[in-house]
Amino acid sequence: MVGLATVLGSGAMTNTIEELAGAGAILVIGSNTTENHPVIGYRVREAVRNGAKLIVAEPRHIPLVNIADVHLRLKPGTDVALCNALVHVIIKEGLEDKEYIRERTQGFEYLQEMVEKYTPEYVAEITGVPAEDIIKAARLFAEAESGAIIYCMGITQHTSGTENVVALTNISLLTGNLGVPNAGMNPLRGQNNVQGACDMGCLPNVFTGYQPVYGDREDDTYWQRLKIEKFALQPELKSNIIPCKEKEINTSEVIADTIEFEQPVYKGMSVSAQVRAKFSKAWGVELSDIPGRTISDMFHDNPSRRNRVLYLMGENLVVSDPNSTHLRECLEDLDFFVVQDIFLTETARYADVVLPAASFAEKEGTFINTERRVQRVRPAIKPRGDSKPDWEIIQLLAQRLGLNWNYSTTEEIWDEVRELTPHYFKGMSYERLEECGLQWPCPSNDHPGTPIIHKGKFARGIGQFSTVEYRPLAAEAADTDYPFILTTGRKIYHYHTRTMTGKTDGLNALLSEELIDINPMDAQALDLNDHDMVRVTSRRGSIKTKIQITNSVTPGLVCMSFHFAKTAVNVLTGNAVCNVSVIPGVKVSAVRLEKA
Amino acid sequence: MGKITLSIDGIKVKANKGQTILKAALAHNIYIPHLCHHADLKPFGGCRLCVVEIEGRKSPIISCGVAVKEGMVVSTESPEIRQARRVATELLVLNHQVDCLECNKSIDCKLQKIISHVGIENGLVERLKRTANNTLAIDDSNPFFYRDPNKCVLCGICVRTCKEINGVDALDLNFRDYWKLSRKYQAGNISLSDIAVKGDAIRIAGFNDKPIAKSTCESCGECLVRCPTGAFISKTSVRTTREVKTTCPYCGTGCGIYLGVRGDRVLSARGDRNSPVNKGRLCVKGRFAYNFVNHPDRLTTPLIRRNGILVEASWDEALDLIATKFRQAQDKYGPQVLGGLSSARVTNEDNYLFQKLMRSLGTNSIDQCARL
Repeated sequence: MVGLATVLGSGAMTNTIEELAGAGAILVIGSNTTENHPVIGYRVREAVRNGAKLIVAEPRHIPLVNIADVHLRLKPGTDVALCNALVHVIIKEGLEDKEYIRERTQGFEYLQEMVEKYTPEYVAEITGVPAEDIIKAARLFAEAESGAIIYCMGITQHTSGTENVVALTNISLLTGNLGVPNAGMNPLRGQNNVQGACDMGCLPNVFTGYQPVYGDREDDTYWQRLKIEKFALQPELKSNIIPCKEKEINTSEVIADTIEFEQPVYKGMSVSAQVRAKFSKAWGVELSDIPGRTISDMFHDNPSRRNRVLYLMGENLVVSDPNSTHLRECLEDLDFFVVQDIFLTETARYADVVLPAASFAEKEGTFINTERRVQRVRPAIKPRGDSKPDWEIIQLLAQRLGLNWNYSTTEEIWDEVRELTPHYFKGMSYERLEECGLQWPCPSNDHPGTPIIHKGKFARGIGQFSTVEYRPLAAEAADTDYPFILTTGRKIYHYHTRTMTGKTDGLNALLSEELIDINPMDAQALDLNDHDMVRVTSRRGSIKTKIQITNSVTPGLVCMSFHFAKTAVNVLTGNAVCNVSVIPGVKVSAVRLEKA
Repeated sequence: MGKITLSIDGIKVKANKGQTILKAALAHNIYIPHLCHHADLKPFGGCRLCVVEIEGRKSPIISCGVAVKEGMVVSTESPEIRQARRVATELLVLNHQVDCLECNKSIDCKLQKIISHVGIENGLVERLKRTANNTLAIDDSNPFFYRDPNKCVLCGICVRTCKEINGVDALDLNFRDYWKLSRKYQAGNISLSDIAVKGDAIRIAGFNDKPIAKSTCESCGECLVRCPTGAFISKTSVRTTREVKTTCPYCGTGCGIYLGVRGDRVLSARGDRNSPVNKGRLCVKGRFAYNFVNHPDRLTTPLIRRNGILVEASWDEALDLIATKFRQAQDKYGPQVLGGLSSARVTNEDNYLFQKLMRSLGTNSIDQCARL
């Protein structure tokens, strides 16, 4: 999301799911839409039936490839080069939206200069995609009436994740596809309320609605602290993304630019200081501006950088997160560990205290979906046994820790969010959300919500082209010891770590165990037959799993899901992170395979 | 969209330009018998039940296939229409296994409704009926639903749903090779009535007539919810006592759903047709994967680790212990010692309070798994 926020000033899906069906062209990159977001997949197929051109950029032969006009089968981790080549072709052939570029963007000349060397032939060598396919894809996308880009974890879960998103945004801007119907940049959020968790300020550096806690200005204490090693909890925010204008900007500043504040902006007082003052007053507590740890810092290689006490709500990190052997060690090393969940998950088994939570069917509240739509969640049944809704548990704990909280309904909590986040949620009372929800921003009671953002004007004012050079992923290259590249995916029949779907027998019948995808040529070379057991070893760990011989992966590439704890692929993946968004690069790991 | 006025059975009706006569009638609560029509699908014209007469036209026409026109005068009943409908209904019932008392679709069955509305001549149906020898095998390969070809009336709704709604295309109307039958007929091997009732004549099937689990089927169950008879029937069809409108808990799409509840158990889910997100559509998880709510492994009481083992405890014990440990750690190392990982699975209200709690305790170390 950081990538999209950098160039546009807002990091969410720009258009609606509904609009996809009417797109003139769709570029699906790093998203196995029909398996991971099946109902959005229906819309993509509908669009194709309606005549849309479909471009699929993906190392694997995913189901959508069957109905695609062109499949750009790129090598994992070469997305930036591919995007730059598409930009190169669009500019070379004069297919860019010149009027849009003139009126709504800046930095086109820099981009033009940068992509000069990314000829289809040069990029064909890097990505393995034939030059003529790159040219075909560029033409299909640029010549269409409207072009939507759909992307997901295949783009973001790389050590170059932010660069990938920025490179993609260039294509969207170049073809005038932002702020218009049936187009846009459409990152598909993986979990039901991941958008909400971010919007609610469950990130170290922002409160609700991305109002900065710290780090919004270079003279802010955050930046000074960054320079002092002692507090350098995050790797230095440096990358090869260069926004095409004189002054360097940073993400939080851009986000801060877009917030309309009610209180006067005092000269010399940073935005974050004002935001902290606002929340401090509303909450009746002192608020710290000391940078918080991201999840990667919480499990840092250096124990002194980690926190000693951890409160975890509703996640199964041990199965879902990268480098899980290291993670288990970190959990064991904690002084005190609290887990709040609906099941005793693999992760909860490490806890000192486990708190039983109510499931979605037993509580009141709201979720925010991938298209920024806030929707109601309603209780169908009573909580099981002594379990309680999460908010009640948090409140009970807060009261015990001396905080004077007195919420009696979730609506009171939501109204507080609306009050403190007027630019996003002010107009979204429970009453207005009753029918089918509203899409943020919705700043007043008569505001209809915002299906398309960046309409007429970008959240940050003007659309920013950025130059971003391709860099080979040195961190995780294949070599003679680890000759295969392992990528991870998901399957339609299971969800995440199966704590929920694993309880439905029918789904287990449809998919009962992990099968690592391997190309027939590789299988032959290793003398393997379908469903043979293999040992997969990376630089971090080793697991055993059965294989599935399939052409969906190219020679040298293998693919596994992370649904099954028994064959936990995240024992193999690394925790090297994208140095801007801090997303781990789990999509590329070097491994070797042996018959077991 | 322009409004058009027409008359149906003497009632003045307003309809949208381009709307079919059938849709216009149904929108005004005028029932015209129909089976192969489905509001979500393109007009098909397979069952011939929805015939109506239009003033100025010699013969009846199917109302699902003709658009309304200004001043059109439509009548939905006449001796000729009744006759046409009765024959059409009899042809539908012909190969339908009538065991309504045992059938789970009973009460919700569209065929039942049509038969009771139109009426059939039992004797005729009995004479033409498929014999017991022609009973077709039930496909139980999918874990969530049976496919019973003996109940199928070949309306094609499942085929069109699979094509038009989710684009999977796992099913088709197969064995339409009448030329083979006619060749057999010409050779004198079969009689004319055999052609009509021949068990191996047209039927719905996956590619190469394999079980549905071996097809490209994604088990979304869209066919199941649209099938007008018991040809697609849920393996766990327990009737629910009430429905609750909410939002699907799986991926970020956020489909609108209605949970079907009986007592304290969540038993089913159906898509909310008014939701702009999914318009009633669901995937396999959103439709079928709710057993986790009722599962006996659900945590029902707090647990505390004692002598290395997690044992049951009261809320007071658990919360007091956490508060004490948090305070002790903070006293020893300062507020930064605390870290909180929130969840992309819980509500906004839960998430908001979580970060409010952590920040109120003096730490900004709050994150979640947005990156995974």
